[in-house]
Amino acid sequence: MELTTNNVWMMICTALVFFMHTGFAFLEIGLTRKKNAINILFKNIFIITSGLLLYGIVGFNLMYPGFAEGALGVFGFAGFGLEAPLVNGALDMAYNEGYTYWTDFLFQGMFAATAATIVSGAVAERMKIGSFMIFTVIYVGFVYPILGSWKWGGGFLDQLDTPFYDFAGSTLVHSVGGWAALVAVILLGARIGKIKDGKVQAIPGHNIPLATAGVLILWLGWFGFNGGSVLSADPELTSLTLVTTCIAAAAGGVFAAIASTVVFKNLDLTMFLNGILGGLVGITAGADQMSPTDAVWIGAIAGLLIVTAVSLIDRLRLDDPVGAIAVHLVCGIWGTLAVGIFGALASTEQLVSQLVGVSAYALACILSSIIIIGGLKLTLGIRVSEKEEIQGLDIHEHGMSAYSE
Amino acid sequence: MKKVEAIIRKSKFSSVKKALHDVGVNFFSYWDVTGLGNEKEGHVYRGVAYSTSDIQRRFLSIVVNDDFLDVTINAILESGATGDVGDGKIFVSDIAQAYRIRTGEKGGETLN
Repeated sequence: MELTTNNVWMMICTALVFFMHTGFAFLEIGLTRKKNAINILFKNIFIITSGLLLYGIVGFNLMYPGFAEGALGVFGFAGFGLEAPLVNGALDMAYNEGYTYWTDFLFQGMFAATAATIVSGAVAERMKIGSFMIFTVIYVGFVYPILGSWKWGGGFLDQLDTPFYDFAGSTLVHSVGGWAALVAVILLGARIGKIKDGKVQAIPGHNIPLATAGVLILWLGWFGFNGGSVLSADPELTSLTLVTTCIAAAAGGVFAAIASTVVFKNLDLTMFLNGILGGLVGITAGADQMSPTDAVWIGAIAGLLIVTAVSLIDRLRLDDPVGAIAVHLVCGIWGTLAVGIFGALASTEQLVSQLVGVSAYALACILSSIIIIGGLKLTLGIRVSEKEEIQGLDIHEHGMSAYSE
Repeated sequence: MKKVEAIIRKSKFSSVKKALHDVGVNFFSYWDVTGLGNEKEGHVYRGVAYSTSDIQRRFLSIVVNDDFLDVTINAILESGATGDVGDGKIFVSDIAQAYRIRTGEKGGETLN
C-alpha cells in the first residue's frame, strides 16, 4: 500500500515536471519577437521528444549506471535501452520503496530535457536550428546524464566525506543548462540591434501576458520538480518542500521587483517574473533542508541577484533575451552554495563540498559546451545569416509564420 | 460636400463619437492607425531605457454636407482635446460626388 501511495505521488510529480515544458515555451515566446515564435516552439518540442527518446536509449543508464564499489564514479554505463527488473516474471516491487522502475525512468527523463530548454531561451532569435538540434542531442543524451551520475547516480561527488548536496538540481539541472547557455551566448554574439553605437538597446518581448502564464506554469511545475525529488510521498518532507519552494519563489519575485523599481525606476513585470524563477532555482538545491525563514533569505537573495545579473550581462555585451543565465546559472550557483550556509546541513565542511561540486560542474560544462558549440561553429556554423535574422527565423528556417491571418 | 478626416486619441474616441451624434453626424468610418509625431513615449525594459515614437491613434473619416461642416469640426475640437501634445489633427477636403449603392441615388441626399 505504501508503495502505491508513493508511486502515485511520483507519477503526479512526473506529470507536473512535463507541464513545465509548456511554461518554458510560453516564457521564451513571450520575451522574444513574433517573427521567431515557431522557431522557439519547434526547439522546445524537439527537446522534449528527442530528450525522452535519448534518455530511454542511453541517458537513464548513463545517469544511474550502478557504480561498482571502489569505482572512480566519473563514468559508467549500464547498457542500451530500458530493461525492467523482474521477479518471477513480474515487475520487481522491491526496486525502491518510493516508486517503480518505470516511474523512476519517466520522472528522471522529464528532468533531462530541462537542461537543453534553458539553452534554447538564451540562444533565441539567432541560432541555426540544425546546429541547435545537434547540440541538444549531444547535451541531453550524453553530457547531462554523465554529469548527473556524479551525484545522483552515486558518483564521486556523492562519495565525498561530506557529500555534495543537490536536492533537486540547482546545479545538476539548472547550472548544467546555464553554463551551456553562457558559452553559447558568448560564441553566438548579440542579436542584430541589441548593441547600437556601443550602447545596449532594449528588444522588448512581443507577448508579456504569455510570458506571465509561462512563469506561473513553471511555478506549478516546480511542485513536481521539488516535491517529486523527495522520491517518495513522505508526508513531512513533501509538505515542507512545497512550503520552502513556494516561499522562495514569492520572496524572489518580491525582492527582484523592489530592486528593479529602486534601480530602474519602473515596475518591470519581466524582472518580477525572472525573480520568481530565480527564487525557485535558488531553493531547489536545499528545498528539503530549509526552514521557511531560510527559504525567505534564499529567495530574497536570488531576487536581488537576478536584477544584478541581468544588468551585468547587458553590460558585458552578452545577449540573453529571456534572462536564462541570470535565472539558471547565477541562482543555480547561489542555491547550491546556500545549502552550506542555511538550513539543516549548514557547515564549513558542507560549504566546501558545495564549492567543489559547483567547480566540478563548471569545468565539465564549460569544456563540453565549448567543444560541442565551438565545433559546430567551425563546421556547420551556429548563426543564421543577417537577412534571415532580420526577417525572422520562422520564415527562413521553417517556412511558416506563427500568426497567419 | 466635404470630407473631414480626424486623427484623435483612442482614449477620446467615445466622447468624440457622442459629440458627433449630438450634432447629428450619425455615419462615419474609423480605423486604428500608427503614426509618427512630436510625442515621445519613454519606456524601460529590463533595465534598459528606450523611447518609441510610434503613436497609436484612431482615424475618423466623415463625409458631410457643407452646412454640417462647422458643427462637425467644432464637435471634434471640443470633445477631442486634452490640451497636451498629441491630441491630433483635422483635415478638410472637397468631395466631388457621393452615391448610395443600394438605390443608385447621388448627391448630398445620400449622406442623410
